[in-house]
Amino acid sequence: METQPAPTTAKVRAEDLKVFFGSKQALLGVSLDIPNRQVTAIIGPSGCGKSTLVRAMNRMHDLVPGASVQGRILLDGVDIYGPQINPVLLRQRVGMVFQRPNPFPTMSISENIAFAPRRHGVRDRDVLKELVRDALERAALWEEVAERLDAPATSLSGGQQQRLCIARALAVRPEVLLMDEPCSALDPIATTRIEDLIHTLKRDYTIVIVTHNMQQAARVSDRTAFMLMGELIEVDATNRIFTSPSDHRTEDYITGKFG
Amino acid sequence: MGLRSRLRLLGDRLMLGACALALLIALVPLASILFKVVVQGAPALSWTFLTSLPRPPDETSGGFANAIVGTVLVVGLTALIGVPLGVGAGVYLAEYGDGLFGRTVRFLAEVLAGLPSIVAGIVGYSLVVVTTGHFSALAGGVALTFLFVPMTAITTQEALKMVPRTTREASLALGLGQASTAMRVALPSALGGVLTGIMLSVARVAGETAPLLFTAFNNSFWPTGPGQPTATLPVQIFVYAISPFESWRQQAWGGALMLLLLVLITNVAGRLFWARRRRFMQGH
Repeated sequence: METQPAPTTAKVRAEDLKVFFGSKQALLGVSLDIPNRQVTAIIGPSGCGKSTLVRAMNRMHDLVPGASVQGRILLDGVDIYGPQINPVLLRQRVGMVFQRPNPFPTMSISENIAFAPRRHGVRDRDVLKELVRDALERAALWEEVAERLDAPATSLSGGQQQRLCIARALAVRPEVLLMDEPCSALDPIATTRIEDLIHTLKRDYTIVIVTHNMQQAARVSDRTAFMLMGELIEVDATNRIFTSPSDHRTEDYITGKFG
Repeated sequence: MGLRSRLRLLGDRLMLGACALALLIALVPLASILFKVVVQGAPALSWTFLTSLPRPPDETSGGFANAIVGTVLVVGLTALIGVPLGVGAGVYLAEYGDGLFGRTVRFLAEVLAGLPSIVAGIVGYSLVVVTTGHFSALAGGVALTFLFVPMTAITTQEALKMVPRTTREASLALGLGQASTAMRVALPSALGGVLTGIMLSVARVAGETAPLLFTAFNNSFWPTGPGQPTATLPVQIFVYAISPFESWRQQAWGGALMLLLLVLITNVAGRLFWARRRRFMQGH
């Protein structure tokens, strides 16, 4: 059995986080530590607020009309909802991969990756080329696309597109990578590749992965948080959550009594 | 089969038949206009017609060349002013237009899109003709811009609304601002719809006559620049069509066909351009 990973250094910490969409409350006060350079999985049935929670971590709710956030989220101890935080700069530190692969349809494979760094001021062609290569290598996609970097991103398969989206996020050099059900639109083989990738990436990045799939949480994560109806029920080392959870609702969920 | 399902099937077929009939009836005027313009206009189209200046009605060597160039000039000026304004306004409405200001602008744009063209003419007249003291292609272009901008703004906005939220989120999550996301991600993705909107607006204003009568006015000679009174196809068609001379009325049909062809050419060019990009976006 693995040694239990202790959250000694919380990279991200949510404190009594509440999210409202209009008058509807989606998160009822969630407090959670995301340890540095580990994979934290968030599981729970549909509508339990898992996506809402991770999207609060890079302020994606800011642009949703009617959405409001209360409580705090600390990144390296600094409240990201604080007055001097620029959400645009924050999102360069906290990257995100979405449920469905969403490459920019008008851009080629390499343009998809070079786009954000170029907008952030990297102009040198050779540097950009190297950046594209590095990001694709990190996302384990380089060998498949090295020969056709100028092909449209939409010519890739779904799994390749998702790895391209991961590469695109990595090219901005984030510290935290949020993954919102990154495999839910992929076939099992593509899913395996992404899971392998997550194992490699956690050496350099703090990863939060939302997943529907409990086996996936068990396979990829160090810690697992279980959410239900806008509340965090419990969070613990993944092997404990799946072998001896302390809350009976967690046990009911992972044994398939509901979900 | 029960009586009820039989009746339902019958009703279904009747409705389908009624719709097909309505479509047919709606197409009759359109087809007959096209047919009439082609049949009457084609004989008038000749090299002389395309390359010569207008001549007195008793000479056979006259043409619409200056009006063709003039229409390209006036509509070109309109597009030059109107595309940045219209597309810019459309982007604003789609990306930032949820506030009171945006809602007001959207409402006004919708009202303006139905602006009677003679009103646009008066505005162009008082803005440019009165100020500069003479009729000009620029005055015509400005008048048409008032028709062009609201239409382009609304179609641009509609096209941008079709861009999936996930595409925008991808850009925002990479730490790009809302403006970069709108201009460099959403707008290129919506280019097909935006182009179609521009083409439709061009087609609409290219055929406008009323606003040009007292802005671009008319001219029997080649346009020398945007500052001169300028002949345009619609005005030339109008003048020739109501003239008592058979040869001129003949040429008016030719002008009508020419106008249709110009709009068609612009449309086809735009669509060809778009087809290449769409192939790229579909992964080919």
